[in-house]
Amino acid sequence: MSRIACFILVLVALIGMPRLAAADPLDDLVQKLGADDFDTKIEAVNGLAALPDGRVLHVLNELSSGALYTTSDHHVVVGEESGDGYTTSDPVDGHALGKAASDDLDKIRLNNRLRGAIDSAKGGLLLFSDQRDDRLAAAADALAHPDPSRIAALVKAAVNEKDSGVRAAMERAIAAARLTSGDKAEQLAAITALSGSSDRTVLGLLSDRRAATDLDPTVKQALDQAISSISRRLQLIGIAATIFEGLSLGSILLLAAIGLAITFGVMGVINMAHGEMIMLGAYTTYVTQQVFTAFLPPGWLDAYLVVAVPAGFIVAGGVGILLERSVIRFLYGRPLETLLATWGVSLILQQLVRTIFGSPNKAVANPSWMTGGIQLLGGGTLTWNRIVILIFCFVVLGVLAFVLRRTSFGLHMRAVTQNRDMAAAMGIPTARVDALTFGLGSGIAGMAGVALSQIGNVSPNLGTIYIVDSFLVVVFGGVGSLLGTLAGAMTLGIVNKILEPVVGAVLGKVVVLLCIILFIQKRPRGLFALKGRAVEH
Amino acid sequence: MRAKLGLRALIAAGGLLWAAMTPMAYAADDTIKIGVLHSLSGTMAISEATLKDTVLMMVDDLNKKGGLLGKKVEAVVVDPASDWPLFAEKARELIQKDKVAVVFGCWTSVSRKSVLPVFEELNGLLFYPVQYEGEESSKNVFYTGAAPNQQAIPAVDYLMSKDGGEVKRWVLEGTDYVYPQTTNKILKAYLLAKGVPEADVMVNYTPFGFADWQTEVAAIKKFGGAGKKTAVVSTVNGDANVPFYKELANQGIKASDIPVVAFSVGEEELSGFDTKNLVGHLAAWNYFESVKTPENAAFIKQWHTFTKNDKRTTNDPMEATYIGFKMWTQAVEQAGTTNVDAVRQAMYGQKVKNLTGGVAVMNSNHHLSKPVLIGEIQANGQFDTVWQTKGVIKADAWSPYLPEDKGKIADWTFPWACGNCTAPKYKAD
Repeated sequence: MSRIACFILVLVALIGMPRLAAADPLDDLVQKLGADDFDTKIEAVNGLAALPDGRVLHVLNELSSGALYTTSDHHVVVGEESGDGYTTSDPVDGHALGKAASDDLDKIRLNNRLRGAIDSAKGGLLLFSDQRDDRLAAAADALAHPDPSRIAALVKAAVNEKDSGVRAAMERAIAAARLTSGDKAEQLAAITALSGSSDRTVLGLLSDRRAATDLDPTVKQALDQAISSISRRLQLIGIAATIFEGLSLGSILLLAAIGLAITFGVMGVINMAHGEMIMLGAYTTYVTQQVFTAFLPPGWLDAYLVVAVPAGFIVAGGVGILLERSVIRFLYGRPLETLLATWGVSLILQQLVRTIFGSPNKAVANPSWMTGGIQLLGGGTLTWNRIVILIFCFVVLGVLAFVLRRTSFGLHMRAVTQNRDMAAAMGIPTARVDALTFGLGSGIAGMAGVALSQIGNVSPNLGTIYIVDSFLVVVFGGVGSLLGTLAGAMTLGIVNKILEPVVGAVLGKVVVLLCIILFIQKRPRGLFALKGRAVEH
Repeated sequence: MRAKLGLRALIAAGGLLWAAMTPMAYAADDTIKIGVLHSLSGTMAISEATLKDTVLMMVDDLNKKGGLLGKKVEAVVVDPASDWPLFAEKARELIQKDKVAVVFGCWTSVSRKSVLPVFEELNGLLFYPVQYEGEESSKNVFYTGAAPNQQAIPAVDYLMSKDGGEVKRWVLEGTDYVYPQTTNKILKAYLLAKGVPEADVMVNYTPFGFADWQTEVAAIKKFGGAGKKTAVVSTVNGDANVPFYKELANQGIKASDIPVVAFSVGEEELSGFDTKNLVGHLAAWNYFESVKTPENAAFIKQWHTFTKNDKRTTNDPMEATYIGFKMWTQAVEQAGTTNVDAVRQAMYGQKVKNLTGGVAVMNSNHHLSKPVLIGEIQANGQFDTVWQTKGVIKADAWSPYLPEDKGKIADWTFPWACGNCTAPKYKAD
């Protein structure tokens, strides 16, 4: 009996110890995080990283998310905003410490140096995490900041690693650390291991090492070889990246121009308010996002874009039909008047939006499935929003081509634009077809606005940015040809992206414009000129 | 004949009416008119409309407190519509037709350069409230925004310091016009003077409203991948910022790897961003809304009450407008008149409490002494001050780092009386 009691006592003492003992190193270090100068804070973070304690990660997470505060009696606590004050809790074991007024709490400030220290401290801890992404990130961090003292941990992690991708990353990190610290054989092995990589960070590490003066000749030679082979691979990757960038810019130009290819290309209406249709689509996206945040559970927010696409089509298409019925139909065959009238409409729409929403830009967040990107070899990134837009633009183009070629509405549309009188004689309601065609073109512009809101601004003058480029694409590609619009947009996109790094963005645009002027001199009807009777009108 | 008579009668009547009305228009001797020359439409309306509201708020407040020299103050608001030549026309209209005592206005440097000859010719008075490239000092303009040594240079110093991350490689990314070009010229000269090798500085420009940042951001990533700590100094202006920051976030450039410090991104601009992925990127200003002082709290409250919207943010050019307006009213009180020459003399040494603490002083080079703050972008769209100068920094009208402007002095008091001289105009005994 007494032995059992004794045992329980010891057990209780053991469990209670960490909390009772004032000299718990974890507690001490956590309190040091509340210091005023960043040197002490970084020392504390590094100290925490060295502790074999599972609770460290939690503390570091709280710190990096900005949830740690110091109280007026210099105690470090976790604060959570509630009402006009804060509820506080202990950062180590999480027990509640009651409420505090916001004046009594001082947020523990972070700067980028401290963030870097936290990241590498977490990196050491996450090397053994259950999550593959965490381990990968930790390995990448170890590679970027090679540190001989971490080799042992990395080796241990690499041995236990099941995932081949993560293991390769860890081995590269080990090699990077041995690059400067190991003996000659180890260094050579490290260089060989690293020369297979296509990572710009590795290239940087090797170049740094190459710049050292006390190099062994064989090491030097190995470094030179590794550097040149990585550079060659990076160059190839760079070309591929440029092509993707060009296609992505092309897809944006194409989206902006498809609507115009209908209203200008097919109907022959010089619609200066085309840009504003794009803007309306972008603002529809903003409104949809606001509605989703206001009325639906937070989990649904990611779906707002799916709703915004048809909404943008309907809003812009509706305004387009209204515009056609009220202004443009009186001006068919009078291009100059159409130009002036639609320009006036564009100003009215801009000011209207400015009055309703105010002049500052509106924030449209990318849904989580569109943020970030695919990390490529060589440090390039294919961002998700661009990939999605690229796919979206081809879907829109495909659907449009289908509507034009395979539906009776498309047939009517083509008939009316080719020979209005004959179409009317055949019983096609030309006026209605005109309105619907213009609505279709505007609606597509609206969908383009939804897509463009994901990479750019949502502001009242959004449209003015794209209107010139849209006309450029349509004219260059060949008025009236969808295929021409596609080819025109992609050519312009890729040429722009090839020129940009060479001559700079400003001069690049000038050169592209000059090229187009010369091209139009040579082929006035653009890349894909329409042939036949339609041209004569 | 009859029609002609009718027309003549109409003109005569019109003339009479005009003659009858004119004295009425000028009879209001109990009001002081001030001009507000900010774009309310066009591309700059985004930023400038806020400053118009700020001036109106200050006027409203002044009138509630009994006006100026016993008279009511009346703001004449015109809209130059982001059209630079129109700025000059509207300025002339304000001074000649409306006979305003002072004008608060302009944002872009090109609009300021456009109105400058008008103010000098007609001896008007302009208060310019925006950070700019410096290298200017006009007798008729008071510059209450930051000069490069009150924004750009301290920001670079911070990044070079231990807490800023000891940056060794620099990307100077800007929009292609006079402010970024001049600022980058000064910064490059400064960096080279600090011993940064030319190969570690990359300068790049993009057009206004630039939207496709893939290549530029990839180039920054490549430049920063060379092993040395890299930072981006951004003088990208206006609309181009949103796609720029979106691309940065999506390409995974974190502030702890490659921080971006911006000179043209304030609270108002951040309200158009999703700042979740931008936490830790920096901005350098003389004012942040998040700074906790009683003056700032009162100012924000006044702004919310005036605009009837407690979501409206405040920003640095608003503080500059606030300081400028206060200084002008103090100088008018001191001079006892709104006469431009008298007010100008009274302006020198005029002091106003900064909203961020300390006291702003107007110097004889027509620029202010102000504190400089570096702030980090937070997830809630505000800045958190991570560093600030001890005390105030006096603005240099001419940068000592530009070889062509070295040694130039701006001092509008005796014996210099000059904004652009290497020797005093008068001989002092």
